[in-house]
Amino acid sequence: MSDTYKGYKGEALDTLKNFDAPVWSDVEIVAENGNYKGIILPRSENADSLHVVIKLKSGYNIGVAASSIKAINTFGHKEAHYKIPEKEFPYDPKKPNVKLLGTGGTIASRLDYRTGAVIPAFSPGELYGSVPELADICNLDTEKLYGVFSENMAPEQWIGTAEAIGREIKKGVQGIVIGHGTDTMHHTAAILSFMVQNSPVPIVMVGSQRSSDRPSSDAALNLMHSVKTAAESDIAETMVCMFGPTSDAYGLLHRGTRVRKMHSSYRSTFRTIGDIPIAKVSRTEITPLRQDYKRRRSDTDVIINTAFDERVSIVYYYPNMKADIIDSLIDNGYKGIVIAGTGLGHVNKPLYPALKRAREKGVAVYMTVQTLWGYVQMYVYDTGRDMMDLGVVPMANMLPEVAYVKLGWALGQTHDLEEVRKIMYTPIAGEITEREPSNGYLIFQGGLPEVEEFISKYRK
Amino acid sequence: MTEKDYETIGFKSGLEIHQQLLTKKKLFCRCPAGEYSTHYHAEILRHMRPTLSELGEYDGTALMEFKTRKEIIYRINRDTVCTYEMDDTPPFQINDEALDIALGIGMLYNSAVVDEIHIARKQYLDGSIPTGFQRTSIIALDGQIPYKDKKINIIQLSIEEDSCREVSDIGHQRVYKTDRLGMPLIETVTGPEMRTPIEVAEVGEICRRLVRSTGKVRTGIGAAREDVNVSVEGGTRIEIKGVPKLSAIPLLTYNEAMRQWNLLKLKEELNNRGITTDTFAAETSEVTKIINKSFYEPLRGAVLRGIKVYCVVLKGFKGLLHWQTQTDTYFSREISDRVRVIACLSTIPNIIHSDSKGDTLASSDWLKIKKSVNAGENDTMVLVWGNEEDVITGAKEIIIRAKEATVGVPSETRQAFRDGTNGFERILPGPERMYPDTDLPPKCITKERKDAIRATLPKPIWEREALYRKLKLPKDVILPLSYSKYADLFEQLVNDLKIEPVLASVALIQFPKRLKKEGLDISLLNNEVIIEIFKLYKQKKIGKSGVLIQLRNYLEKNGGLTFNNFPDSPELSEIDNLICQETEFFESIKIKIPENIKKLVMCEVMDKLQGRMEGKIIEERIEGLRKEAVK
Repeated sequence: MSDTYKGYKGEALDTLKNFDAPVWSDVEIVAENGNYKGIILPRSENADSLHVVIKLKSGYNIGVAASSIKAINTFGHKEAHYKIPEKEFPYDPKKPNVKLLGTGGTIASRLDYRTGAVIPAFSPGELYGSVPELADICNLDTEKLYGVFSENMAPEQWIGTAEAIGREIKKGVQGIVIGHGTDTMHHTAAILSFMVQNSPVPIVMVGSQRSSDRPSSDAALNLMHSVKTAAESDIAETMVCMFGPTSDAYGLLHRGTRVRKMHSSYRSTFRTIGDIPIAKVSRTEITPLRQDYKRRRSDTDVIINTAFDERVSIVYYYPNMKADIIDSLIDNGYKGIVIAGTGLGHVNKPLYPALKRAREKGVAVYMTVQTLWGYVQMYVYDTGRDMMDLGVVPMANMLPEVAYVKLGWALGQTHDLEEVRKIMYTPIAGEITEREPSNGYLIFQGGLPEVEEFISKYRK
Repeated sequence: MTEKDYETIGFKSGLEIHQQLLTKKKLFCRCPAGEYSTHYHAEILRHMRPTLSELGEYDGTALMEFKTRKEIIYRINRDTVCTYEMDDTPPFQINDEALDIALGIGMLYNSAVVDEIHIARKQYLDGSIPTGFQRTSIIALDGQIPYKDKKINIIQLSIEEDSCREVSDIGHQRVYKTDRLGMPLIETVTGPEMRTPIEVAEVGEICRRLVRSTGKVRTGIGAAREDVNVSVEGGTRIEIKGVPKLSAIPLLTYNEAMRQWNLLKLKEELNNRGITTDTFAAETSEVTKIINKSFYEPLRGAVLRGIKVYCVVLKGFKGLLHWQTQTDTYFSREISDRVRVIACLSTIPNIIHSDSKGDTLASSDWLKIKKSVNAGENDTMVLVWGNEEDVITGAKEIIIRAKEATVGVPSETRQAFRDGTNGFERILPGPERMYPDTDLPPKCITKERKDAIRATLPKPIWEREALYRKLKLPKDVILPLSYSKYADLFEQLVNDLKIEPVLASVALIQFPKRLKKEGLDISLLNNEVIIEIFKLYKQKKIGKSGVLIQLRNYLEKNGGLTFNNFPDSPELSEIDNLICQETEFFESIKIKIPENIKKLVMCEVMDKLQGRMEGKIIEERIEGLRKEAVK
């Protein structure tokens, strides 16, 4: 299918060809129901083959049944050029230099006629055109590393991003921002926490929950918060910077290994699990919530270690899981398995033979908890002890996704299970903490009078 | 003004009618519809930023709204609002109940129903919708309604979600309540084909009756709202938003026509003075220090709070800020409105000017300013005050609006005021603010669906009205009956039960009204009961007056009354006995005017018989018995 009839197929395509009316034609469609004047738009690929889409003069789109079209009179051609006004990002020698690395996501995006969905768009000029406030904070340079949706991020992109961060730090930037889709932002934040160590500057991951093609988008404010953090904060860690509340109020800086996306659509979806965030950031200030973070330095002594073995999987345990799940991973050559177990870290007995087989085959098996909050504790019940005997390693309070990327990273460096175990147990960026503070687990229960009172006092 | 006068000035007007649909739930989420409350549990703060249209352009309104930098606060009541309205959850599939009602109305307008509907996002950066856009979709195009001897075109019909209700808008903060947000609404757009203010209201009235004839739209305050588009020859299409009732339309459109006419005259005057878009000149300077000792209260207080005062000199404008635009309204209001909305200087007065010096600054102050800003005899000085950022925006806006006077009527959306005048709301948005909704796929309206809807549609109101006129129904019931829920019942009574049309129409329209006034719950009435009562009438068990009486009896018993074993009409002898009894009674007591006895007897007998006999017959019997007595 050519671009001339973008997205059209079947009857609709035949009709357009028949009347020689490619997309973007300015037309009058004569149909059984009436006549419609407007511009023929491309059609989403997964829409049906029965309708022609036309943008009316009023700006509305409608679909006209191809079978009802008697004639199409063409008057001209008006192709849309969706382009954010590009303006050169101003340079001020007194301001810090920040590098924005793009991987994709909806931080800046435009419409995709192929799918009818939004696809990312990205350049410093475009960003300045849409969020001019950024120029008050820093000198911004951007580089588009990838243009992929969050779910398509994989080791190749993780490694490329880590290497790009290393290059930029060596060049002497004062901070790095990474634009990323939000779905797997916490996976990438975790792996970058391991692949990029001893960073002298802030590495801030940012995205948006409402794409920037909408007036209420959180993209612009998230971008301002993250750029401010990269430029000005003294927190030299890999962080996620996203909305604290759903209101346009402030962002939270979450440690890359303790953060998780907790709601499919809320703006305030990211939460630090089992601990508290590092800081709060607004347009005017950065307020640390704790002091035990790594400080900014003036050197460029970053360590980049991009080792990664892809043969790792997460198994989310469910009642009545059968051994063949584990067996099939072993048979397919997986080298590491992270189990998200129930409660304190349990699976059922029928899995034991498979776990034993895994140990015999040299597969590293680690236990995390699907409750997300809390530690694995395999001594409390016999089942836990049995499993440890089978070689399953309890992974303290490391989040399952974090254990998954860390295990891949560890196996990338060695297949000696003792060595792997050492790497897994050595905290690098707060992925295991010695203690869980009492305010590390706060999920308020709506409906309780005291909670409702709190909500009525502070903007959500 | 006469029809001829409106023709001379080239008056043109069209309507955009917003009508809420009577559904259980909202349009794109499953929250209950139509539950209003001022109580709220939480607040959300948002800002709005302009975005590009699908064709890659920024919308003028969007940019203007962005200039105003408002903090928008939403009040959330968790019983009526979910995370969808808060813009924290993507939309759910469109409410099919609402879509069916809307499609049906499209068919009543004789419109072409769209084969495949596409949901669009219409940008509103004023914050009235938390997403920053309204989800809307055209569902029908090119309809008509008959009016006088012509047809008025119904250009388009769309289904959309309703917006928030504004609580306050002060300075840089605007507060909304969200209960109404997301309710299903249809917007009907007529062609600009009305030629007098009265025509606009009359066409609005036809549309109102048409949608009501479905019985599936909401009624009551705010359930239907009109936007009116008005232009005169040489003027511009102006949209007056939020007209709460049709009866307000004639005065509003008259005032808008007058405003445009006067602005065109103002342009002529400016041109006569040699001021055109090219020669227009204005200067801005800060005058805070010069008037810091002024006794004019609004300014004095402001200066004390450390606020800046700017003076804009409009070259050659002398006297023109006092140019009348609407009833008791002058050109200075056009400027003040802009400063209020765009610079957020919302405390009125927000400007003062040298064309109307009374009650503001002392003339010595004006002189000092004049000298300092180097204003000439023919210039107008406009003062504006506020914090520095806003006052700079304000001064710029004064110049922008004054310059627009050299062109005539700027494109604007204006808001309707109660006194029939209107004020600036925002720049008129264009098609650039439309954007396809990427969250929802297009939806095909199948032939089966259309057929099913068509089968349930009421007869068009104009056909009913024509029938009623032929049947010689009383004038005051023709219109109400045409869109009444009893319209079909009326035809059933007349055609099947052969009831006299006038009686049936009055019983269906006037009687319920009367019973409601008596404090009875007329919602208990239903077709079955009404038919039962008319059957009694047909069987001559009750007379005409009996219809109302039985309806009343039914309601007084809260619907707990059956008419199964209703007695036959009384024998004449029974009536005669009753008459004699009553006559004896009234003759036995002292009645001042003996001639009234007949009337009193009549009343009592009627009351006792509960409408089971025609009044005419009773009257005849009384008359007959009297004559006999006299003999």
